Amino acid sequence: MATQKKSNIHILDGNQAAAIAAKLSRVQVIAAYPITPQTPLTEQLSQYVEAGELQAEYVAVESEHSAMAVCTSASLVGARAFTATSSHGLAYMHEMLHWAAGARLPIVLACVNRAIGAPWNVLNDQQDSIAQRDTGWIQIYCRNNQEIMDSVIQAFRIAEIVHVPVMVCYDGYILSHTEMPVDIPDQAAVDRYLPAYQPHTVLDPSNPKNYNLVTLANPRVGVDGKLCHGYMELRYLLQEALQNSRETILQAGREFNEVFGRDYSDMFWEDREDAEITIVAMGSLAMEAIVAADMLREEGIRVGVLGLRVFRPFPKSDVVRALRKSKLIVVFDKNISYGSEGATCSEIKSALYGTYINASIRNFIVGLGGRDIKARELVDATKKAIASLKETVINPDYPEWICQI
Amino acid sequence: MKTNAVNLIEQEWILPGNRTCPGCALSLAYRHTLKALEGQCIVTVPASCATVLHGMYPITAVNVPCVNTPFASTGASATGLVAGLKALGRKGITVLAFAGDGGTHDIGIQSLSGAAERQYDFIYMCYDNEGYMNTGNQRSGSTPLGAVSGTTPVLGKQQYQKDMTAIMEAHGLPYVATCSASYPLDLYEKVKKARTIEGTRFIHVHTPCPPGWLFPFSDTIRMGEMAVETGLVVLYEIEDDIFRLTSASESLARKGGTLQPVREYFISQGRFKTITEEQIDELQNWVNTRWKHCLHRATNL
Ligand SMILES: Cc1ncc(C[n+]2csc(CCOP(=O)(O)OP(=O)(O)O)c2C)c(N)n1
Ligand code: SF4
Ligand SMILES: [Mg+2]
Repeated sequence: MATQKKSNIHILDGNQAAAIAAKLSRVQVIAAYPITPQTPLTEQLSQYVEAGELQAEYVAVESEHSAMAVCTSASLVGARAFTATSSHGLAYMHEMLHWAAGARLPIVLACVNRAIGAPWNVLNDQQDSIAQRDTGWIQIYCRNNQEIMDSVIQAFRIAEIVHVPVMVCYDGYILSHTEMPVDIPDQAAVDRYLPAYQPHTVLDPSNPKNYNLVTLANPRVGVDGKLCHGYMELRYLLQEALQNSRETILQAGREFNEVFGRDYSDMFWEDREDAEITIVAMGSLAMEAIVAADMLREEGIRVGVLGLRVFRPFPKSDVVRALRKSKLIVVFDKNISYGSEGATCSEIKSALYGTYINASIRNFIVGLGGRDIKARELVDATKKAIASLKETVINPDYPEWICQI
Repeated sequence: MKTNAVNLIEQEWILPGNRTCPGCALSLAYRHTLKALEGQCIVTVPASCATVLHGMYPITAVNVPCVNTPFASTGASATGLVAGLKALGRKGITVLAFAGDGGTHDIGIQSLSGAAERQYDFIYMCYDNEGYMNTGNQRSGSTPLGAVSGTTPVLGKQQYQKDMTAIMEAHGLPYVATCSASYPLDLYEKVKKARTIEGTRFIHVHTPCPPGWLFPFSDTIRMGEMAVETGLVVLYEIEDDIFRLTSASESLARKGGTLQPVREYFISQGRFKTITEEQIDELQNWVNTRWKHCLHRATNL
């Protein structure tokens, strides 16, 4: 594919980047409901449609459940559908998230990560999207606004190949309301990169099909004598699609690099590989971790940073490769699986089990409900983790919290 | 020309052998709805007995394109179908939402109200079997006063039915109508008319349900007729604010407007076994008042 040569840098906040990316992706149906901190994105999209800058149907629905129901049905008549939400809105959509993935519809959702109540809190953490990890969606996390722009465009590409919906997650306020330079891709180049949506099913009276019928546990013979899948087989195929989506995600990333000159050819971001101590973080926190790693190096402690980009499918073997030299892994989570630990920590432990990597793992819960996370705190936590190795290398049952209790 | 049993379109869009119970009025109503649309539609159906009618993968009893959608989402799903068709420039297809009373009066009222307020271009048909029949007959917002159900097992329901058609009328819709499966040609005419109108159209269909209401399978049509003859169900349509009585309700009005006593209807159904004399009187008064109101409102008598 021909490369887009000229850069076109603008100062954008994360919501603007997502809105422009949806527009460049030529979405045909948008259904969204306002919630902080996603609201400016919703408003921007309705502005594009009303001003005639984007040929799409904008549906100002009355709830997030309805937003996703509009997207699923629009997708089934052949339209490219987009929505965005945060926190309570995503939770409210939960049933429909399952429905979209179960029906294998390539919808893209921008999740502007926000804490969830009770009590009320509009600030950032990743509890909202992490709580939806088992709905069958691909989840991509962004570290900065350029990645938001690029990931939304890639998300349609990926979703429409593997027939799995994609959630592009980015941190509320930290990215959504913070301006930074973003290179806006050229429309013609995006059109080359992202061909028109080819649906797997189009509801049409000339070829009547009944979609999402009651499906029994076991395979069942159709009127033509053909054996058709049971519910279990359909679930297997969804799992298989996510397992195999790694190749598509990487291919979409490589081709993106060819056209736009920004490399997304790995499932994670790595800063200083081969360190014996690795900090793991996801989203904008991975950027903060790089600052912390710099500070630690100044003190002579060699650390690397693993920034998780794709959380679903969880890239087990990629993570093992990235952590091959690690003796200590310090995982910072902006979410908590209550009664257990941070979600990324669990994933890392599960990925490493049975491999030759025998690292100690320390998990810190940080930044919930917008609690400021200073690089200094990441440094101190990492040092604390190092010191704990003198007492025991055994991994503690539960995470430590960076808070005042 | 008015449609009659002879000139009614012969083609069927519901195939023989669907999974509804014998004597199910919902399949009768659906059958005539699809005839009126001549199959040129895309249907969205939430969890309900209509899901059961549609069949089990990979076999369906229905020969029109359909998406099954979660219980609360029918209005939004219809919106999505309309928005998608519009975005793609696909014309000449009617979007039909076909939902039960639970999916309309209760869990689906939000998405329906939202869609209607946005005036999206689809027909919403609520078939009303007056309870959650798919889950074995529990009370809904449309279960009548005095009816026993799985969740009003001893005393019977203590509240009146929610008047969903009035609620939808209050949305300022271009077309609102009530029907009964016992009067399929009236239903057919109304769907045919609704098909030509733009905007959100709401049609309510009374669909007696033998196992839920506890009457013999052979009496479905009679139950629907009795509901109309007693005035518990009134057949009307409101087009651009013009109210017209139709079919049997219109004939009743023309013949002097005398209704049959509601008691007949209640004693013919097992679900009213615990209804009290006071409740019957209350309901009779309620019916009389509403009927008077309808006669007063009707512009075609
Ligand atoms: C969110 C949700 N809650 C509950 C159910 C269970 N459920 C399925 S159908 C149904 C009742 C349907 O009642 P109605 O809409 O009146 O249709 P009917 O079955 O009477 O035809 C219920 C409670 C569901 N599918 N989804
Ligand atoms: S329970 Fe009632 S509405 Fe449902 S299929 Fe049977 S007769 Fe029809
Ligand atoms: Mg019902």
